Amino acid sequence: MEATIATETNEKPWGGGNNKPLGASYGKMMMWFFILSDALTFSGFLIAYGFMRFKFIESWPIADEVFTHFPFMHGAHAPMYYVAIMTFILIFSSVTMVLAVDAGHQMKKAKVTFYMLLTIIGGAIFLGSQAWEWKNFIGGSYGAVQLNDGKIIQFVNEDGLQVALESFVISSNSERAQHTKSRGLWFVEETALSPFTVEEVIASFEGHPELTIRTELLNAETKTKTIVPREQAMSYLNEAKQVVVGANLKVNEYGNTLFADFFFFITGFHGFHVLSGVIINIIIFFNVIIGTYERRGSYEMVEKVGLYWHFVDLVWVFVFTFFYLV
Amino acid sequence: MAAHAQEHKSHTKLIWKVFGILSVITIVEVALGIAKPEALHLTKILGTSPLNIIFLVLTLVKAYYITWFFMHMADETKSLRRAVVWTSVFLIIYLATLLLIEGSYINDVLGPLVKWNY
Repeated sequence: MEATIATETNEKPWGGGNNKPLGASYGKMMMWFFILSDALTFSGFLIAYGFMRFKFIESWPIADEVFTHFPFMHGAHAPMYYVAIMTFILIFSSVTMVLAVDAGHQMKKAKVTFYMLLTIIGGAIFLGSQAWEWKNFIGGSYGAVQLNDGKIIQFVNEDGLQVALESFVISSNSERAQHTKSRGLWFVEETALSPFTVEEVIASFEGHPELTIRTELLNAETKTKTIVPREQAMSYLNEAKQVVVGANLKVNEYGNTLFADFFFFITGFHGFHVLSGVIINIIIFFNVIIGTYERRGSYEMVEKVGLYWHFVDLVWVFVFTFFYLV
Repeated sequence: MAAHAQEHKSHTKLIWKVFGILSVITIVEVALGIAKPEALHLTKILGTSPLNIIFLVLTLVKAYYITWFFMHMADETKSLRRAVVWTSVFLIIYLATLLLIEGSYINDVLGPLVKWNY
């Protein structure tokens, strides 16, 4: 019987009237159905990521080797720690949000204000953390070489650990500059030049007998990338097309281009949700301060934005699992 | 679910308890993700490693706690809960099953054609 709707007209078309189908107010029910559709959008993205990962299952990048940075620990290999902190920040801002909703039920304006403020700060810290994560991902850590058929070749030392290009490549300091309009070359376009040329990388590689290369191919038994013996390395490097440092939508040093594309798209879409959540929270925060909901006699609006904010946290739980853990 | 009887009572205790549960699960996930014990990481069960299945189950447990206690799904009526939860769970499982099977099929067909030696 709880689903029965009693018809009742109301002058305000967006107010939803006093009907409460399914026991929820108009606004709250619509927020639930918006969340349902948004959840399906996100799962569409994540499942598309899964599709591509299964398609390239034998050569997909290993997340632990990509996201290794930690603030104030330059060069340290610290996978997972940073993103774990980000997860905690978001979960904690969810806790303060639900505390604000709880205080709203008891009509405690000061408490709602305080918890809303904490939630906004948590969201802002998360956004900053994500920007830092993107910066590291875009900047890259080691550099690699791309072959003519698009595969990525990375350099490793005798222990099988990755080696940064700067640590062994000697640049010939060429005078060649990027072609841009400001240099009078309005008729050509060129992306930023990589710090080294393919020839410099190959020449330096030949001068370092301790180095070898590894391909994207995963060894199914050990779940590590395949290291090519040094004797065969040159036949790979002869196919080299360009030096790759960092990541963009066209090429990235970590491996498959689609990995970076999905990373930018899914974490970007999630980050955009966090941003809009923070903005909506700020609006509601000021409404709480000026007493809008006190006069209305109900803090249900805090509850509705709370639903959205928890949903953003919920999505992050899944992004965390599928990008960093699995 | 007797929601209205408790509407004005504080749930602070429950909230902190749920936060504790979510934190513990996250710490376990991160610890396993860093340690990657070989017995869990390099063996295979149900088409993937036991580690991946653990991660998946823990994620779903976290999702349950967030939806039920932070989003107060537990206090909604049964029909609203089912309209939202059953719809999303069904559609997501459906799409994931189809696309992941299709992805492995494409891998079976294309994988052998990719050259890894030069």
